[in-house]
Amino acid sequence: MNVIEHGRGKPPLDPHLKALENEAIHIFREVAAEFERPVMLYSIGKDSSVLLHLALKAFHPGKLPFPLVHIDTGWKFPEMIAFRDQVVARHGLDLIAHTNPDGLRDNVTPFSHGSARYTDIMKTQALKQALDMGRYDAAFGGARRDEEASRAKERIYSFRTSDHAWDPRNQRPELWSIYNGMIHPGESVRAFPLSNWTEVDIWRYIQAEKIELVPLYFAERRKVLERDGMLIAAGDPRIALLPGEQVREEMVRFRTLGCIPLTGGVRSTATTLDEVIAELEIATVSERQGRAIDRDQAGSMEKKKREGYF
Amino acid sequence: MTAQTLSQSLLPGEDLLDIDPNPQTAGRQARPLRFITCGSVDDGKSTLIGRLLWDTKAVKEDQAAALRRDSTGKQNELGLPDFALLLDGLQAEREQGITIDVAYRYFATDRRSFIVADTPGHVQYTRNMATGASTADLAVLLVDARSGILEQTRRHATIAAMMGIRQFVLAVNKIDLSNYDEAGFQTIARAFREIALSLGVRQVTAIPVSALKGENIVMRGDELMPWYSGPTLVEVLEKATQRTGQTTGFRLPVQRVSRPGEGFRGYQGTVAGGSIKPGDSVVVLPSGVEANVKAIVTYDLVRNAAVHGDAITLVLDRPVDVARGDMIAAIDQRPMTGRAFTARLVALSPDGVVPGKRYWLKAGSRRQRVLLRPTSQLDLSTGNWDDANFLPVNGIGVVELDFEDVAVFDSYETNRDTGAFILIDPETLNTVAGGMIDGKRSKSGRFDALPDADRATVTLPARLLEAFLKTEFARAHAGEIKVTGPEEVEGE
Ligand SMILES: Nc1nc2c(ncn2[C@@H]2O[C@H](COP(=O)(O)OP(=O)(O)O)[C@@H](O)[C@H]2O)c(=O)[nH]1
Repeated sequence: MNVIEHGRGKPPLDPHLKALENEAIHIFREVAAEFERPVMLYSIGKDSSVLLHLALKAFHPGKLPFPLVHIDTGWKFPEMIAFRDQVVARHGLDLIAHTNPDGLRDNVTPFSHGSARYTDIMKTQALKQALDMGRYDAAFGGARRDEEASRAKERIYSFRTSDHAWDPRNQRPELWSIYNGMIHPGESVRAFPLSNWTEVDIWRYIQAEKIELVPLYFAERRKVLERDGMLIAAGDPRIALLPGEQVREEMVRFRTLGCIPLTGGVRSTATTLDEVIAELEIATVSERQGRAIDRDQAGSMEKKKREGYF
Repeated sequence: MTAQTLSQSLLPGEDLLDIDPNPQTAGRQARPLRFITCGSVDDGKSTLIGRLLWDTKAVKEDQAAALRRDSTGKQNELGLPDFALLLDGLQAEREQGITIDVAYRYFATDRRSFIVADTPGHVQYTRNMATGASTADLAVLLVDARSGILEQTRRHATIAAMMGIRQFVLAVNKIDLSNYDEAGFQTIARAFREIALSLGVRQVTAIPVSALKGENIVMRGDELMPWYSGPTLVEVLEKATQRTGQTTGFRLPVQRVSRPGEGFRGYQGTVAGGSIKPGDSVVVLPSGVEANVKAIVTYDLVRNAAVHGDAITLVLDRPVDVARGDMIAAIDQRPMTGRAFTARLVALSPDGVVPGKRYWLKAGSRRQRVLLRPTSQLDLSTGNWDDANFLPVNGIGVVELDFEDVAVFDSYETNRDTGAFILIDPETLNTVAGGMIDGKRSKSGRFDALPDADRATVTLPARLLEAFLKTEFARAHAGEIKVTGPEEVEGE
């Protein structure tokens, strides 16, 4: 067998990124070896792209020993779906796309049910369905501890009960880099190889490793409308204009990617990776600000996690 | 007087980092430094961490705004938000006003990035501290300039040292409330250095700081403390050393065997000590089969060397039987193998650690059954090791480990990766203890880190013998010294 070398001619990573990469690879291998049915949650965003890249490195020269699951709410940007399909084809991945059939049947939308219930049904419940259907006992996710205050104490192996609930009082201590992967039947873990990465690390790594991203991350003239202080992408016929709203064209990019009506863009002129990083390094607004779900109520992320959200 | 740096001499296994003096060259030239902060309640730990995040611009504007919205409007006189709220992550914990477990915070300067393990200073502090300290290279111990060293400080220092931390920073906080008194600071610094030395820690830096006003944290506090010319806290952190795990030979705990296709068989794992290159001779443990390294495969390149910390795939020159849980090691610098070891343990679970119970032990990628027998427990208030046969939660003790199958370890002192383990309760499957290998026990039950001939003999009168055997020093060096009473005859 000929071993492919992907890094010919590429300068080596700096020691900081190398250490983060090594740690993530270690976690991937450990979970893959200890659990019977691992799966990777793939959301198409920048963190997922980094996660996938690290997984490919961890198992090289072999293929990924697990499938990917994408929870498709039906409200993702078309650019995201196109990008996903390209990535799957290029790496020969086994991808399972899942949409909550109950939500589809009941026509659950952010507008009809409100963002909190919509998120619960189309994301949280959908994720549980997908995990149950595959009887997965470990799911990789791209969450980082620096993302949000309630994640600061999250473990690398985050334990979930048989109904996927997360109990902050019942998480195992983690010492050194020795992970306890023993669980009872029905229980599962969410494993977070990017726990110790910051947003800047993610961007620097994407740059150093030349990881491809959905073009939505780069500024372009886009049709947007302003709602609740957020710049929302316009153009989807299902998004009706409210009185007083109008569609404008502006140079915007997105810092995180989710469902169109819940994802706010930022005004920006950064059209390249270097420019995005330059903006980031002087930015004073954290990335989750662009997400409507975090602003619903205090402690909202923690609440969602207890209910089974990633 | 200048910096309280007692000694910059390096311990085996530590390397002074070459910090790039010119940070605009691409990337950070060091791995993230992991450190832990410890202090008693109200010493100002939250304020200190908040200050570090704030002054290095790790707090984003919307987070600060959320803080102001959440808080009762409480702000200090400098118009900064209440830092404790920034750090209290979980809603449940906010409601109860308690801090459970360890929170990790991230910040960076131009030179280096940092991961702080933030542990609560009260109740469950031993197990929380042990968890946070297990991955830390440095401990910042906080004291209030007005009260000085407390019993708590000594406890924190003891735990940090036991977990393998060899660099301490003493942050003498609230120096503004002591009128920036130099003499008081020096007294505290001296007392602390003595404690550190008694624990075998020689790299100690004491810094007078005001976390609230931000003096000597990121910015200097020269105006009010002209007498202090030592480094700021961040300067010490930027220059701190990291263990490189080079004191033992090559170690690769095998995580998985990769067989993607005909003719390829690679052993995947993270180098846990030493270094390796193609052509090197290795031994597979516990089987003892020998082979040579044929190639080191990574996604990027087939490499000509790998060092401690690298996640690699190793290919050997001949078909040998290697499975997950095995260790591939340097042929001429082998780890200890055996069925009986001695270790120190920190009990993490409410049930404590019970003698005669069979636990699962996980070390590296290897999991095996172990029978446990506690022999003594550390009394954190006196520093003595007293006889014990059970370890309650938060108890620190010495235990004898007996395995059914051969186990493979280095001593924790020489290698934190291959000398550490966790214990898993076979029923609850919870992690109930963290452990550190001291050495191997021979059949007679004696503990041997060194062969007899290499041990130093300590002869003591009977009245001192018992007290000496209880000391930290005697425990820490149990495998290197041979303690006798005057009446005992040399050699067994
Ligand atoms: N004057 C002064 N007050 C401080 C300083 N550091 C902390 N404090 C105050 O001491 C109290 C306890 O601080 P906090 O950070 O909550 O302590 P913790 O319990 O150790 O986290 C708070 O009222 C702080 O504002 C300092 O350097 N100077």
